[in-house]
Amino acid sequence: MNFEAIKAIYVFEMSRFFRTLMQSFISPVISTSLYFVVFGTAIGSRIESVEGISYGAFIVPGLIMLSVMTQATANASFGIYFPKFMGTIYELLSAPVSFFEIVVGYVGAAATKALFIGTVIFVTAHFFVDLPVAHPMAMVAFLLLTCLSFALLGFIIGIWAQNFEQLQLIPLLVITPLVFLGGSFYSVSMLPPIWQTVTMFNPVVYLISGFRWAFFGTADVPIAVSLFAIALFTGACLMVIWWIFKTGYRIKS
Amino acid sequence: MASILSVSDVNKVFEGGHEALKSVSLEIEEGEILALLGPNGAGKTTLISIICGMVNPTGGSVRVGGHDIIDDFREARRLIGLVPQEINLEPFERVLNTVRFSRGLFGKRRDDAKLETILRQLSLWDKKDARIKELSGGMKRRVLIAKALSHEPRILFLDEPTAGVDVELRKDMWQIVRQLKEDGVTIILTTHYIEEAEAIADRVGVISKGEILLIKEKDALMSQMGRKELEIELGAPLDAVPDALAHHALTLSEGGRSLIYSYDTAAERTGITTLLTDVAKAGLVTRDVSTRQSSLEDIFVGLVEDAG
Ligand SMILES: Nc1ncnc2c1ncn2[C@@H]1O[C@H](COP(=O)(O)OP(=O)(O)OP(=O)(O)O)[C@@H](O)[C@H]1O
Ligand SMILES: [Mg+2]
Repeated sequence: MNFEAIKAIYVFEMSRFFRTLMQSFISPVISTSLYFVVFGTAIGSRIESVEGISYGAFIVPGLIMLSVMTQATANASFGIYFPKFMGTIYELLSAPVSFFEIVVGYVGAAATKALFIGTVIFVTAHFFVDLPVAHPMAMVAFLLLTCLSFALLGFIIGIWAQNFEQLQLIPLLVITPLVFLGGSFYSVSMLPPIWQTVTMFNPVVYLISGFRWAFFGTADVPIAVSLFAIALFTGACLMVIWWIFKTGYRIKS
Repeated sequence: MASILSVSDVNKVFEGGHEALKSVSLEIEEGEILALLGPNGAGKTTLISIICGMVNPTGGSVRVGGHDIIDDFREARRLIGLVPQEINLEPFERVLNTVRFSRGLFGKRRDDAKLETILRQLSLWDKKDARIKELSGGMKRRVLIAKALSHEPRILFLDEPTAGVDVELRKDMWQIVRQLKEDGVTIILTTHYIEEAEAIADRVGVISKGEILLIKEKDALMSQMGRKELEIELGAPLDAVPDALAHHALTLSEGGRSLIYSYDTAAERTGITTLLTDVAKAGLVTRDVSTRQSSLEDIFVGLVEDAG
């Protein structure tokens, strides 16, 4: 195992992040505050509570998930796409590093950044609402797994993308809608029955539901199912990455 | 001497069917400088890319320091430093940082003293905190070299290190290459410039259309294949080679002011003595005599044309 290489990649990627630390810090604070103003205050004043939880608090897990998923994907996809675009990938390919080490470095850094942003939102939320956490360990675990699995997904997108448009495409067309429709701002039980069924095909539902359970102890789907879903998703991403590196898909001719 | 790099029967067919390398075999000895000469599209970069792991070979095998580049890729790659043909650098990164990254990637512990030595050697130390985009083209190329040297490789590949580099910097580059050789680094460089191969290489390989046409000691190559030309400048211009000299295979220069005789320096008899005697006998006035060695360039052009 080439630990120095993992460290080098991780540190290099994180330094990009620290260079824009203020930006990385301020933007989630502002967007979270905006969500609270719009959803929590304006809409929340009409929706008293969802399943016995004040609407303002109810949306926090979804809000964190929304940011974490998009950030993890965006950071990881950019992280590996950029060397491809700049041509600096030659160095990764000619170094004594295994594909596993490359993935650990890039995905680890992207997941760390997403985790940082998730934490900032979590802290910011406390300024607006009372936020109980019923199962802190489960909360951390869900958060970590989500950062990791979406960073893996982002890595795949970054390898697959051949231009900047494609890089934006999947997050825009797939992830954002899935997250918005995944029960970030409502409970699945609020939907008409037919939509409840359709929603079950959205993997994000399981993540948000599980994460929300960690806060409030109630969930749309059983927690075990949520865990299984995220494990399945992570596994699928790992399989794809393994295949990419085995075949050299879009990185080696 | 032991061969540090051994390429056997490597071929490469790119997607789309283009055969960029046709069964290339090559042995490189430790400590030598090999120059690979070849026209555009000959397959130089492809060969280097296969050895370094950026391109998968279609067939054949490569061993670096005895390690197979696929089965034993870590050991093989640790020995190699690569300076690519294109200037591939992240524009917003700082010099020292990107060199440090390279060292880490190759599994070496951070060692800023070592990096300082390398950067100083390449006259980049005062630029260590500059962003890449603030550097000139020649400096960027030196950053690429610094990155390649950061993990103290034993073999260095330089893919057209002096393309688009001015004369001054080219001389600097040669000096760096010679210094590296003294430090015991084996160097393989590709170039379009014959004088570059002449100036620094121990051996010269000529590659064209995916095939190695020749690979030889530079000196042997030049004396063996190098023909010399003898030019006899005449007192008065001629219209044609006189009959008395017809058996000497002479050519008349343009304007008829001189006779040109081509001969092989390695041959037992060059025929110069008889020629000069015959010239005198024919009653021609000789104003001057000069000889000229054909350059590597002539050899190179000849080879590539023959193969084409
Ligand atoms: N990724 C690729 N896909 C398809 N064909 C390629 C690829 N890379 C190189 N080739 C082809 O292989 C041949 C050899 O290219 P290569 O870059 O090795 O030449 P070269 O000797 O380095 O030339 P130059 O002196 O111009 O750098 C060329 O015909 C080129 O078009
Ligand atoms: Mg080339």
